[in-house]
Amino acid sequence: MSCAIVFCEAGPEGMIEASLRTAGLARRLADELVLCGRELPGVAAEQARQAGARRLVSLAVPGYAPRGIARALWQLAERLGASAVLAAGTDHGNEILAHLGALSDEEMVANCLAVERRGEGYVVTRQRWGGSLLEEAHLEARRALLTVAAEAVAPASSPEPEPVGEESFEPSLDPADLSVTASEQREQAAGVSLASARVVVSGGRGVGGPEGFGVIEEIAEMLGGAVGVSRVVTSLGWRPHREQVGQTGTKVTPELYLACGISGAIQHLAGCQSAKTMVAINTDPEAPIMSRADYAVIGDLAEVLPALRDALAERLRRQ
Amino acid sequence: MDLLVCLKRVPMVGGRIGLLPSERQIDTAMLGFTVSPHEECAVEEAVRIVESQGGQVTVLTLGPPEAAEQLRDAVAVGASRCLLLEAGGKEWGPMATARAIAAAAEQAGPFDLILFGNEAADTADFQVGVRVAHLLGRPVATGIKSLSVESGAVTARREYRGVEESFVLQLPAVVSVKEGINLPRYPSLPGRMRAKKAVIETLSPAYSEEGLSMERLVVPKVERRRAAVLGEGREAVGELVDLLEQLGILA
Ligand SMILES: Cc1cc2nc3c(=O)[nH]c(=O)nc-3n(C[C@H](O)[C@H](O)[C@H](O)COP(=O)(O)OP(=O)(O)OC[C@H]3O[C@@H](n4cnc5c(N)ncnc54)[C@H](O)[C@@H]3O)c2cc1C
Repeated sequence: MSCAIVFCEAGPEGMIEASLRTAGLARRLADELVLCGRELPGVAAEQARQAGARRLVSLAVPGYAPRGIARALWQLAERLGASAVLAAGTDHGNEILAHLGALSDEEMVANCLAVERRGEGYVVTRQRWGGSLLEEAHLEARRALLTVAAEAVAPASSPEPEPVGEESFEPSLDPADLSVTASEQREQAAGVSLASARVVVSGGRGVGGPEGFGVIEEIAEMLGGAVGVSRVVTSLGWRPHREQVGQTGTKVTPELYLACGISGAIQHLAGCQSAKTMVAINTDPEAPIMSRADYAVIGDLAEVLPALRDALAERLRRQ
Repeated sequence: MDLLVCLKRVPMVGGRIGLLPSERQIDTAMLGFTVSPHEECAVEEAVRIVESQGGQVTVLTLGPPEAAEQLRDAVAVGASRCLLLEAGGKEWGPMATARAIAAAAEQAGPFDLILFGNEAADTADFQVGVRVAHLLGRPVATGIKSLSVESGAVTARREYRGVEESFVLQLPAVVSVKEGINLPRYPSLPGRMRAKKAVIETLSPAYSEEGLSMERLVVPKVERRRAAVLGEGREAVGELVDLLEQLGILA
């Protein structure tokens, strides 16, 4: 009987959506699904049951020590004879599986969208260029180590839930496994977070300079949203990098993405293509963003944005 | 401090990606080349450390002979030594890449700190820095957004899901950084002159196959839509506000 292990990230509210989607993909790769994680909250057992897991293993690793967690995963995989170990393709998931690949000297395949068995190996489809390009590859490995681009994978349908066995696993760790451990400090949330904002009002080179962002901020605030920017804007020092949307910035998933003076380079779109509705405001009706946006206003931001702000203020006042 | 920064030459793709008929490579005929923004920031960080603490910055790339261009770009902003590991026209996976870099670092070093970008712009394997650290027996941190070096250790910080994570690594160490850690400078005129004259040392690392073999590249099918034009200029604003109302954004 084959088994696949998924390392799940969890907070007090439970295991994160990305980990659960990864579990959905993992379930199809082996007969038995095992979920594991650190500091799992009580609700995790029910989540594991819904995900079709037969076991939920709590890893006894003190603190976020990526190499220590990887060591624990390796020992657990050896003990269970696992044919695959997976994690969500987050900063933590990619980091831990990279350590696991290095410790065990095995391939690690990052940000997969689809994985299927083929003979003794696997066929994988994975993301390159932040998802703007896909790679189809054949993986031949004793044990498949994979991370999953969870935001691009649909949640799996719920299987018939069966009882889940809960256990804890005590790895044997070297001092070097724990020498790099995070000290953690919860950050003060300042305003609406870009990654989870319902509305993102983004400005690019077409905004013309740092002053131009005053009206963008006002519109974002009226819509209860966050300000986003393109890389040109951060490279020129007009706005801080934490507002950058794209391949080397933040990935956003809003209901509305309002792209103002942004041309629509693939590296920018890599960060905003899962927006439900995209509206572009641009002087150039032929800009690449026009073939990705749902709606467009052709015009100069210097004229359109102040008028939009005033019209919104008027409409909101009447409501 | 002796620092090593590892870079990868990638095509500067803009509005769309085109593939060669083999479906194994991007058509770069009309494209310039660059490195990932993460790597530009790694070079800048290394140069700042050397400016405040002394030492020198070496830059390394595994790639075709043309990748000397990316090494020279780094010299133009403050790096001083260049290592080109010849890829010999082969596709190098992340395991072979890490072995080549680790061997070169031992041969050309010792280096107190080795910096990487968090992931390469093109292949995005998210692992070469970590593998190099394991091969050299050094501590490693990834995705770092702030770095400070003091008395034989680095403190590396990043933000993850609303938590600030901070790691202390004893030197020698390996760190991969993300864009945003600094704002890279532009090359100066003397920098450009130095870049022209820079000596490129070449090494021929040993190649090895690995278990993951690419079969083909695919440009994902995105709906090629045509944005519905709401109007032009100020006149379109009424329509736009109506649309936002219909979408439930004003609720
Ligand atoms: C490896 C790599 C990673 C990258 N990562 C990112 C990333 O994370 N995020 C990102 O954004 N970019 C990224 N880039 C850069 C990207 O390729 C583009 O250079 C960048 O997105 C362009 O920004 P822009 O659209 O603001 O500027 P431009 O491409 O210059 O476009 C400006 C647009 O504004 C319009 N405009 C000009 N004036 C006005 C006006 N007055 N009113 C209305 N419209 C106007 C123009 O018609 C044009 O469409 C990356 C590049 C590389 C190589």
